Amino acid sequence: MCGVRCEGSWIGLSRAPQTAHRAPTTMTITINHFLIVSFLLFTIGLFGVLVRRNFLTVLMSVELMMNAVNLNLVAFSRRLSSLTGQVFSVFVITIAAGEAAIGLALTISLFRQRKTLNVEEASTMQG
Amino acid sequence: MTESAASGVLLTGGAGWAFVVFAVLTLGTAVAVVVAKNPVHSALFLLASFLVVACLFILEQAEFVGAVQILVYGGGIMVLFLFVIMLVHQRMVAGAKAFQHQWDIALLFLLVFLVPFLYVLGTEKFPEIPQNPDAFRMIGTRVVGNTQAVAWSLYRDYLLPFEVASVFLLVAMVGAVVLGKRSVEKVD
Amino acid sequence: MKDLIWAIPLFPLAGFLVNGIVHLLEHRTKGERVLHDPHGEQPAAESQKDLGHPHAHMHGEIHPRSKALHTAVGTGSVALSCLFAFGAIFDLGLSRLSEGATHVVTLYRWIPLGFNEPLGQVPGKAAEWFVDAAFRLDSLSALMLAFVTFVGFLIHVYSVGYMGHDEGYGRYFAYLNLFMFSMLVLVLANNFLLLFVGWEGVGLCSYLLIGYDYHKKSAADAGKKAFVVNRIGDFGFILGIFGVFALFGSLDFGRVFSAAAAAPADVTPYMTLICVCLFIGACGKSAQFPLYVWLPDAMAGPTPVSALIHAATMVTAGVYMVARCNVLFRLSPDAMLVVAVVGGFTALFAATIGLAQNDIKKVLAYSTVSQLGYMFLACGVGAFVAGMFHVLTHAFFKACLFLGSGSVIHALAGEQDIRRMGGLAFKIRTTYRTFLVATLAISGVPLLAGFFSKDAILAAVFEAHMPTAPPWLPRVLWTAAIFTAGLTAFYMFRLVSLTFWGVYRGSPEQEREIRESPRSMTVPLIVLAFLSAVGGWVGIPILRGGDRIGELLAPVLLPIASARVQAHHAAVSQELLLMGASVAVATLGILLVLVWYGRGNGEVPARLAARWPGVYRAVANKYYVDEAYDAVFVEGLGKGGGRFLWDVDATVVDLIPNGAAAVTKAFSWVSSLFDQYVVDGLVNGLADTLQAGYRLFKSAQTGRVQNYALVMGAGLFAIVAVYLVFR
Repeated sequence: MCGVRCEGSWIGLSRAPQTAHRAPTTMTITINHFLIVSFLLFTIGLFGVLVRRNFLTVLMSVELMMNAVNLNLVAFSRRLSSLTGQVFSVFVITIAAGEAAIGLALTISLFRQRKTLNVEEASTMQG
Repeated sequence: MTESAASGVLLTGGAGWAFVVFAVLTLGTAVAVVVAKNPVHSALFLLASFLVVACLFILEQAEFVGAVQILVYGGGIMVLFLFVIMLVHQRMVAGAKAFQHQWDIALLFLLVFLVPFLYVLGTEKFPEIPQNPDAFRMIGTRVVGNTQAVAWSLYRDYLLPFEVASVFLLVAMVGAVVLGKRSVEKVD
Repeated sequence: MKDLIWAIPLFPLAGFLVNGIVHLLEHRTKGERVLHDPHGEQPAAESQKDLGHPHAHMHGEIHPRSKALHTAVGTGSVALSCLFAFGAIFDLGLSRLSEGATHVVTLYRWIPLGFNEPLGQVPGKAAEWFVDAAFRLDSLSALMLAFVTFVGFLIHVYSVGYMGHDEGYGRYFAYLNLFMFSMLVLVLANNFLLLFVGWEGVGLCSYLLIGYDYHKKSAADAGKKAFVVNRIGDFGFILGIFGVFALFGSLDFGRVFSAAAAAPADVTPYMTLICVCLFIGACGKSAQFPLYVWLPDAMAGPTPVSALIHAATMVTAGVYMVARCNVLFRLSPDAMLVVAVVGGFTALFAATIGLAQNDIKKVLAYSTVSQLGYMFLACGVGAFVAGMFHVLTHAFFKACLFLGSGSVIHALAGEQDIRRMGGLAFKIRTTYRTFLVATLAISGVPLLAGFFSKDAILAAVFEAHMPTAPPWLPRVLWTAAIFTAGLTAFYMFRLVSLTFWGVYRGSPEQEREIRESPRSMTVPLIVLAFLSAVGGWVGIPILRGGDRIGELLAPVLLPIASARVQAHHAAVSQELLLMGASVAVATLGILLVLVWYGRGNGEVPARLAARWPGVYRAVANKYYVDEAYDAVFVEGLGKGGGRFLWDVDATVVDLIPNGAAAVTKAFSWVSSLFDQYVVDGLVNGLADTLQAGYRLFKSAQTGRVQNYALVMGAGLFAIVAVYLVFR
């Protein structure tokens, strides 16, 4: 109601503060929007993990999930004006890197043994 | 500095529209990752999603994280992925269905997952906006850049996790080397 | 001496033991062998010669020393008994006996069951439940003792000659002595139980002696038959003893008879029952109808045995017992009626059979049965004295007859069929003469023994007072008796005629061998013939003081004033008439024989037999009584019963185990079903259920990580949902 505020000048969208009487179609993004996006991204990633046959694609889906988490963290960092979220996010990225390395090494090992990357065929534990 | 934070609004105006664009792109590329049959396509779409997410980070005034995202994810992890894809690619071309047998159940489950999320979203009360909305780029009372603020926080408050992370990376590296060695016997 | 009457039976017992032991010692290593037969005849089981002649036995001479021992011990023991018997009798005194003196010698308490006199602490309790080994000497037992020991002795002497060539000489005398022991116990017993001991003993010895030549089937069978039929009678006897004990509480003669004398009138039905049972025993022992069948067969034994046991002593034990119990019998007119009728019927019945027999000994056997019938007839009408008198005279002449027949058989080397005899009168004179005297006696020729005793009986029967019988019965019985007397004279003289008169009808070889018997055999014959002649003079009825035997026996046999049945004494004239009648009948019989057999050589009887062949066959075959018994009892009850019981056992009795087996099988089948379906069903069902469960759970173990991830996600979702709901 109070009108649109302009955010930081780093966007380059510095504008004079607008008065309240000007109300064009403005997009007010609250934390909820970020959460929704993050959730959907996470869900998509989860879907890929559960569904995809190719092992590499599964790993990629895992990265998607990580991204969603990062997005969530950063959003809350901004909202709560705390650097903790961003620091955590850095760590998450670090961990993701390590995990990707290991996962890919495993992929190669798996491929060498099974000559396939089809996760459906890796079912020796059946029964 | 930004009164907007006091009312919980994060982005307005053009930034808002930018967010929408980026959000749509993120979700689109993510879907493409999951849906693409060819893993190379998946990898490329993933790379694209990384970049878009980095843009979102920057929109949130988390420049350092965005930069790290591009560098590590895009430059490191995706390259790794592509290398491995190229290593094992020729065996996978033969017409394999992209989707598994339980895609319907998974889809249903995930849609069900939506319910509590929306419920939480509707009822959850988030904490109060702190007094200083720009605290995340301040060291004490000085306003510095995001990187500097993060470094200050990282090396002072979170030193131990930092060290542990570095050890972790070492272990991961060693492990990857071991796991990737050729002389692993076949276990049937 | 009278206190030593217990020794009288024991001498022969000792003789038995000695003879028996010596015989066993002699024969223990010899075993079976058929020895040299001096007359050249082999044992032939089917021939008539098998009946009693020693030469038909397997024999050989025994060692002379043993023979002498056996002879001495065998005859000596009986001689001692005889001496002691007469000594005891005269010690006690005939006059005292006539007055009723009774001398009881008790050896020891045999069965002590209760107390004798009332105890001080238990007043009024006098249970008479004991039995003593006690011997009784009164006039009745004295009479029996006298002739049993004397005639027994004579027969023992006779046996020396008759059985002299037999290998089983020692055994024979042992058994004979044992018999004397049993008989003397029987005679001297003072109570029913001891009498029964003697009773059984003589039955046993009868079996042993009839079957003396046990290799002959006829002898062995006859021994068995005698014992079995005897046993049937003994059964009745035992029941009678039980009844006596139940009624009187004692088995002692003195106590029982004195209690019976004082018995009230309502005891009569019990008395009838008891007396009939006792009489059944007497029938068995004394060969009355229907238990007489053993006596003719018993002729298969040695002839002296027949003489002793089946003429003079054992068969008279029944009469003795009835006479002893006359007090009991007198209390029951119905029982006496039974006795009289059975006796009379048997007398007539046996006499008719005797007419058609062709074996010497068989004729004499049926004659014995008939004469015993006379004795019971006398007892039945209450003339116990007459009955016992006839016992005495019968002992003399029947023993003489049997021994005489033995002599004949001995002379003819085993021939017993009178159709092959004849003309022996001058060849074996002594035998002939003694035999003739005895025949005259039995026929009732006046002045000889049989005349007096038989006449006493006939008179008593004629005058009998039988309160419970129809009034015509005594006359009918008398008619039967006198007719029997005629028959007796007839068949006896027929026997004499065919045996001794006329022409010898045997083979010439046999004729050459005929010689008189040795002195050991002929002397007893003479003595017995003499006694047959004069023995009757102790009982002359008409002369006063002539009825010595009656006086002697009176205290025992006519003691009770309240007796319901008494023998009457008829008027003298009537007695003479009756005497005349019996003489006439006897004479008629003798004349008939003279006519038919003496001169005519048997044509008329032969023609009669031819005219009525059925009658002749019936009589000759003893009215087929033995065959009837065989069919009914032996085959029917015995074997048929055996077969029936076998079937019962196989079906009904075995039904139980078979049924149990079938039921068990059924149960096991049911169990198997249960096991198959229920038990196995449970087990298999459980396994199948578990397997289904396994398959259910197994389906969750796909081995695919993504499936697991999905499930994990679902689980996480659930946790989160719960948390959110319950926050």
